[in-house]
Amino acid sequence: MSGMSRIVKTMASVTFPLALIYGLYIIAHGHLTPGGGFQGGAVVASACIMILVAYGSVWTMGKIKEKRLSAFESLGALGFICLAFFGLIFGANYFFNNFLVHPEGLDIIFNGTAKGLSNINTAGVIPLMNFAVGLKVIVGLFAIVLVMAYATTKLKGEK
Amino acid sequence: MEVEWLTYLIHIIVPIIIVIAAALAVVFKDLIAAAIAVAAMSLLLSLEFYILQAPDVAIAEAGVGACLTTAILIIAIRATKREEEA
Repeated sequence: MSGMSRIVKTMASVTFPLALIYGLYIIAHGHLTPGGGFQGGAVVASACIMILVAYGSVWTMGKIKEKRLSAFESLGALGFICLAFFGLIFGANYFFNNFLVHPEGLDIIFNGTAKGLSNINTAGVIPLMNFAVGLKVIVGLFAIVLVMAYATTKLKGEK
Repeated sequence: MEVEWLTYLIHIIVPIIIVIAAALAVVFKDLIAAAIAVAAMSLLLSLEFYILQAPDVAIAEAGVGACLTTAILIIAIRATKREEEA
């Protein structure tokens, strides 16, 4: 798809940061409020697809390559499974062990339960897993739509 | 008491509009209009999930159903033709 008019581009540029902040908020507060990695990732992917529709797939493909999107998607999956295996190594020797909430070591950063209820870092390893899932969902959904739009643009160009 | 009455009214009205939007998606001959009707159905379905106190599902439905599915459907409609016109 080619780009749309100047009005649509300006409005997409204005509303893109708001949708981005909302989705990243849902990911970052996934262990406290409704939402999580998948929901926030879907919202951020929707914002990226708004930019894709407004500016056209050729412009967007010139900005970012789908090989890099695949690399980021693999990075999200690897982060999730590595955190699960870290529970096997560092914690009480079982898979998906939430090893950061134990009262020694890194609990100063990742477990602020003792500091009062206003601290958001009260869930140990769960926010990090939310970040990994969010990265995978953002990049995966965006890559699907980007490649589909670019392929249909190429198909129209050849005819 | 006032708020409960309003909640019951919304629980009756929103599913009726969802069914109307789904029927319009089948009836419309224009495929873009049918895709927009599907998007409206998904948005109202996310509202229904929210008033049934499932905000987690409502966010997922609004992101995936109302935006991503519509974008994919419209891209697919723009890339294809009717059999008679080909």
